[in-house]
Amino acid sequence: MSIRKNWKTLAGAVAAACLLMADPALAEEAKLDTGNTAWMLTSTALVLMMTIPGLALFYGGMVRRKNVLATMAQSFAITALVTVLWMVAGYSIAFANGGSLQAFWGGLSNAFLVNMGKDTLNGSIPDSVFMTFQMTFAIITPALITGAFAERMKFSSMLVFMGLWVLIVYAPIAHWVWGGGFLGDAGVLDFAGGTVVHINAGIAGLVAALVLGKRVGFGKENMAPHNLVLTITGASLLWVGWFGFNAGSAVAADTSAGMAMAVTQIATAAAVLGWMIIEWITHGKPSVLGMASGAVAGLVAITPASGFVDPTGALILGFIAGVVCFWGATSLKNMLGYDDSLDAFGVHGVGGIVGALLTGVFARKAIGGTPGLIEGNAAQVWIQFEGIIATIVYCAVVTFIILKVIDMVMGLRVSEDVEVEGLDINLHGEVVHD
Amino acid sequence: MKYVIAIIKPHRLEQVREALANLGVEGMTVSEVKGHGRQKGHTEIYRGAEYVVNFLPKVKVEIAVSEDVADKVVETIREAAQTGQIGDGKIFVLPVEKVVRIRTGETDRDAL
Repeated sequence: MSIRKNWKTLAGAVAAACLLMADPALAEEAKLDTGNTAWMLTSTALVLMMTIPGLALFYGGMVRRKNVLATMAQSFAITALVTVLWMVAGYSIAFANGGSLQAFWGGLSNAFLVNMGKDTLNGSIPDSVFMTFQMTFAIITPALITGAFAERMKFSSMLVFMGLWVLIVYAPIAHWVWGGGFLGDAGVLDFAGGTVVHINAGIAGLVAALVLGKRVGFGKENMAPHNLVLTITGASLLWVGWFGFNAGSAVAADTSAGMAMAVTQIATAAAVLGWMIIEWITHGKPSVLGMASGAVAGLVAITPASGFVDPTGALILGFIAGVVCFWGATSLKNMLGYDDSLDAFGVHGVGGIVGALLTGVFARKAIGGTPGLIEGNAAQVWIQFEGIIATIVYCAVVTFIILKVIDMVMGLRVSEDVEVEGLDINLHGEVVHD
Repeated sequence: MKYVIAIIKPHRLEQVREALANLGVEGMTVSEVKGHGRQKGHTEIYRGAEYVVNFLPKVKVEIAVSEDVADKVVETIREAAQTGQIGDGKIFVLPVEKVVRIRTGETDRDAL
């Protein structure tokens, strides 16, 4: 063939290819990114580890020995229960498209994961991975609440409460912020769950602590942690696993995840030092429980901010969280007299509120696309406040109702005899021997 | 026969055991106990909640001895267990009615 004919043939082929690519259906087909998928698979495992054994150990070490198994059983059983409920309805309520009700919930169109095929993609990762990743968040949130009513709740009632709570409170709020609901639309910045997870769990914990009442002997008996080795081990697992929680919320193996990991580490460290310093000054000694609690406070506070702030913002945010949560877990509790046994509200509630507000302060456009107060956008703080209030009000009211209904039907608290003798032997028939 | 009960500081147990062994005392029972005399306890603080722990760990040493060595045993224990600091403990001497060796059935002096 002559050279001219070859060029024509080539031009014709190129034109045909362009026409094909112009077809929207072919051009926009989502493609699986193996890097993103690998990271999200890993993040999912890290976040699950945060609950089992992270939180289980963290809480387990803080209770008296007669209740350690029961406390760890709560995290473990919730993991199993929420897994099933998430699959059955939770994922749909949180992340499906609720049609006319999309502002408030996702509906049940994806109940039993009917729309999740093997090859279904969610962005650049398999939907199966996104679903499971989100499931681990739905698992840890109710598990956090257990700290508030430690050492006195019936196991059966706890299971019923958590089952209802995850579907009626957690999944809708997750939808509001992440699933296309009204809070996300309003511009609330919550990268990894400051409102959805921590304020939510903290408020529910406070309500539960108030509804169930104080432990027998509270304020008089020695209720010291029986084994802080478990607690600091648990806190360490929480710290490491939180990289999956925050950096994984980038849903990508990219610069957003990288910065999220960096600021998470910096904020947490600052919080440890903040708590340590304030405790050293006020009580004379830096306690191990204090260090571990400081770390958790920092992790909680950086959670909503992790995709939006820079290292300096994280440093300040973390330090503030350490100091404020110290106040929340010590003075606030004593001032108001409630028995939030393991400080679900004092650390997670207070830390979540501090973090959510400071996200509005320290957000940088260059990091997450939205400027905060330090870049002249004071309105963001107000938007954050709206998100916080919406979460608090809905969570408090609905949690209260659920608890009261369960109390009427089956009771919430164990009997005084059971509480005094211990939950391990009475609820589970097991003890930890010497 | 006498029964000697000594409440001592845990870290002095080895000295007491050795001193008694040198004296020829071969049998004793040791248990971990809690207690206090005039020694103050310590305060633990967990997230702002203070717990005053009044009872301190102690060790109880119990020995059955014949009357003629009882005083020597008490003095030996006292010297070995003493640190000079408050909380060193106390020794009690009680009369014993009967002693039996389980393996052989020997009684009293033969069982000591």
